[in-house]
Amino acid sequence: MVKTRKVSLLHQMKRSWVSYVMLAPFFTLFFIFTVLPILSSAVLGFTSFNMLETPRFVGFNNFRHLLVNDDVFWIAFRNTMIFALVTGPLGYVLMVFLAWFINEIKGILRTILTLLIYAPSMMGTAFFIWFILFSPDAHGYINGFLMRWNIIHEPIEWLLHPDYVLGVIMLVQIWISMGVGFLAVLAGFKTVDRTYYEAAALDGVRNRFQELWHVTLPLIAPQMFFAAIMQLAGSFAVWEISVNLAGFPSTEYAASTIVTHIVDYAQIRYELGMASALAVILFILMLVINVGLRRMFINKVGN
Amino acid sequence: MTQSAMRKMKWRKLKSGDRLNRGIGGDLLVVVFVGAFAAFSSLPLVFAIMHSFKPLSELFLFPPRFFVMEPTLANYVGLFQLSANMWVPFNRYLFNSLFITFAGSFGQIIVASLAAYPLAKHVFPGRIALNQLVVFALLFSTTVLMVPSYVIMTYLGLVDTHLAIILPAMQRTIGLFLMVSFMYQVPTDTIEAARIDGCNEFGILWRIVMPVVKPATMTMLIFAFQELWRSTGDGFIFTENLKTLPVAFAQIQAGGVARAGVFAAATVIMMIPPIILFFFAQHKIIETMAYSGVKG
Repeated sequence: MVKTRKVSLLHQMKRSWVSYVMLAPFFTLFFIFTVLPILSSAVLGFTSFNMLETPRFVGFNNFRHLLVNDDVFWIAFRNTMIFALVTGPLGYVLMVFLAWFINEIKGILRTILTLLIYAPSMMGTAFFIWFILFSPDAHGYINGFLMRWNIIHEPIEWLLHPDYVLGVIMLVQIWISMGVGFLAVLAGFKTVDRTYYEAAALDGVRNRFQELWHVTLPLIAPQMFFAAIMQLAGSFAVWEISVNLAGFPSTEYAASTIVTHIVDYAQIRYELGMASALAVILFILMLVINVGLRRMFINKVGN
Repeated sequence: MTQSAMRKMKWRKLKSGDRLNRGIGGDLLVVVFVGAFAAFSSLPLVFAIMHSFKPLSELFLFPPRFFVMEPTLANYVGLFQLSANMWVPFNRYLFNSLFITFAGSFGQIIVASLAAYPLAKHVFPGRIALNQLVVFALLFSTTVLMVPSYVIMTYLGLVDTHLAIILPAMQRTIGLFLMVSFMYQVPTDTIEAARIDGCNEFGILWRIVMPVVKPATMTMLIFAFQELWRSTGDGFIFTENLKTLPVAFAQIQAGGVARAGVFAAATVIMMIPPIILFFFAQHKIIETMAYSGVKG
């Protein structure tokens, strides 16, 4: 029984040789440059490694240290969860709406608006503009306006005060989420055949929202799933915005995330074993959410 | 009978107008919402352009001002002069960046398309596992991969070569994942029909699948190009002759505060090629619809 199954598997694999030939270039490079570094890093998570001496195997010590003794870890964990659970869905919904709206606009205006909305992702360092807006003194634009309108009487230290800083960074992250996921969904809209809309109109679709909900979104489920994964990865991996706007470390670690904590271990303390262990924890966390997302999309993606 | 007559009437109404279920009020709302968001998103771009035209006195003004008061071309002239007098000729950096960007982007598109087609449309052992592996790889934090990557690059003898940038670019999981997403939508019937007609798998990919997924290739091109164009070598390139344009501009910035204006000009110049490509690629994406819209 087992033997026949093995033979049939081998037979199947032999019959699919063309598929494997097509996969070969990508997956060869992928195993060398992505899978191998990730696996080595995961192994390093179980060692003590300072980048000078040979890694020393320490079992689960790193994980125990992080979960039991490291106070900053739990602050970073909490911040990351709040951050991801707010910016992930909000950024995603905003992204879908913007892509949908832009798709309703025709001609050169469409391309220009797409460019402007995508520009922050293209520039990479666009969040410096927020530094000017949220400057902690009276010269910051936000403080200036709020004081002129008598809403507040003295400037708020937006990026230094632990009560505000995470909120400000979340706002920036939502704004910056119009990246490749946004472009993919927008391009996805273009793949929907016009005849579907004509048929839907005959079947009683009355306005563009019904059209979006009943016709477009189900048809572009693969792109929606792609964008959801990009959003997931983006909202859990945030660190550059935090470091650049709130400082490193931020006041009372109020803007610390798991990844800023990884960077702290890897690039400042040179404890690569600990950094890798943290990366593994973050990976597991995202994996769980990935399973949830896959469930939501599973019937629609055709996988 | 009456029902079919009604359907017919509706159908005629549909055919007469190009705009299904669209009202002027909704259009207005759409333009206002997108316009407001776009205006706000354009701030960094506009600010960078403003900055590049500011004389030194305005660059360090406190409080900082958004708009330029006395625009000057001095920064661009300064950039031109600095570039003309570099130790390694400026063209060398330009060539390196162009080479890495083009080889990496096109390499990625070719390699990812080849792999995405079987992942989306073939049935073979290991398909689901590979599809999930690609997504998993996207979820692992890249911040801890530098040391293992460096060891691998050294072992392969790729350190201090352009291949250390180009080869990893060709296996970017984002590109493959994007490609697979779009290829799911290619009708299986069309592929089957081509197969019956005797077309081989490479021919099907090239002649049937690729034209349909043009929006995906164009999106990938935008993304890969902009990433590689910004590349500073990822810490793998040490020989001055092999370094890229962003590295050359960073050296200008390292020249001190007096070079801030020149650096602002360099930032704007660096943005021009990805923006031109963006317009070209988006134009191609919009064009695609015109074709697939005709066939039923």
